[in-house]
Amino acid sequence: MIEIDNVRKSFDSFEVLKGVSMAVEKGEVVSVIGGSGSGKSTMLMCINGLEPINAGKITVDGTEVHAKGTDLNKLRRNIGIVFQQWNAFPHLTVLENTTLALRKVLGKSKAEADEIAKKQLNHVGLGDKLKVYPGKLSGGQQQRMAIARALAMEPKYMLFDEVTSALDPQLVGEVLDTMRLLAKEGMTMIVVTHEMGFAREVSNRVAFFKDGLIHEIGSPSQLFESPERPETAAFLQSVL
Amino acid sequence: MLGTSVTWGDITFMMTGAGLTLAITFWAMLGGTLLGIVFGLIRSHSPWYVNYPMGAVLDVLRSVPLLIQFILFNSFQSIAGWGMNPFVVGCVVLAAYTSAFCTEIVRGGIQAVPVTTRRAARSLGMNWAQDMAYIVLPLGTRVMLPSWIGLTLGVMKDTALVYAIGVIELLRSSQIIITRKPHEALLILAIAGLIYFIVSFPVSRLGAHLEKKWREND
Repeated sequence: MIEIDNVRKSFDSFEVLKGVSMAVEKGEVVSVIGGSGSGKSTMLMCINGLEPINAGKITVDGTEVHAKGTDLNKLRRNIGIVFQQWNAFPHLTVLENTTLALRKVLGKSKAEADEIAKKQLNHVGLGDKLKVYPGKLSGGQQQRMAIARALAMEPKYMLFDEVTSALDPQLVGEVLDTMRLLAKEGMTMIVVTHEMGFAREVSNRVAFFKDGLIHEIGSPSQLFESPERPETAAFLQSVL
Repeated sequence: MLGTSVTWGDITFMMTGAGLTLAITFWAMLGGTLLGIVFGLIRSHSPWYVNYPMGAVLDVLRSVPLLIQFILFNSFQSIAGWGMNPFVVGCVVLAAYTSAFCTEIVRGGIQAVPVTTRRAARSLGMNWAQDMAYIVLPLGTRVMLPSWIGLTLGVMKDTALVYAIGVIELLRSSQIIITRKPHEALLILAIAGLIYFIVSFPVSRLGAHLEKKWREND
């Protein structure tokens, strides 16, 4: 379970998160929608400790992320994250990208790591690209590789940070299909997205972010069909 | 030889000098590169109160002419009674000089690796050292290599200045022969130049080859 409790976060004098609270249960898929710069992505970076916070508390399975003694490297093994700019390691092949952390972080042998990586790469439809360098892949393929790379660590949670925003429209579908598959398999996911159709279809709950605050959170049908807050209604009006 | 008064003995003498040139270049590059990596890591991760003094020292090493550094350090070590031989003095001074340039090359290489790529590495549970070893340095090397090759070729030529502390490397050995056979000066200098070229050429080819190979994967 991920619990975010009244989190505040500033970059210099600009407060990006102004007291955000939400909880994500095991097996749940929560989509986070809202305009650019509303703090959605920053919240994801705070969950696995890539960004420090100024106030509040985030706990993952009872471990306080920003507490002094927390072993972030250990915590991050349980939290996979996929970024908008896929962030492939360009000097490594698809297989090496996927096995690097398995071998160096989890200490698996090359044979073990290769087996796990091949399974995950097959899963996202890249089983025939093992020896290829990321530079030779399309954006959608690189993004699916990034998903496989995160999944290979067998995380309990997956965070997706606008993973389709930088993709050509015709490549969005293949990445969303991969995420749908994951959701169906019961992965606990927080998905920051601009794909309203996807959020509506896959999520258990949807959260609406604006100006560093969650204005509304609820089931997709409630939030999309009868939003309680005027801000939510106005945002949906502008994107749908 | 070839109807001139330059003998095989002279050539052998020059080859011995060339061997010293190579040896000094090797040790200077090895020491300078290792120090440069350490200093570069420190410089790209340190607060200003570490960076400023360190930058100042490296600036001194970079801006004071090498010839003066050789003579000053050699005098210093003999006054201090360290009893280092001129070859070692040459290697030490040149390594320190090289490290100052290499530090900036390494710092530039590290900074060229996108923060987002490093975040991806950290998000997979890699610690700082693993991120450095498997992501940042391999990627940074692609950026650093051309400058590093240039540095190597420059240092090889700079080794000629160790004549000032009495090491007879390639250029000095050529000059010695020229003082004995001044009428062959052009031929001897041409031979010396050819030797420098023969040694440098493979280094720059290796650099070009690696750059091409890496570019193909991108």
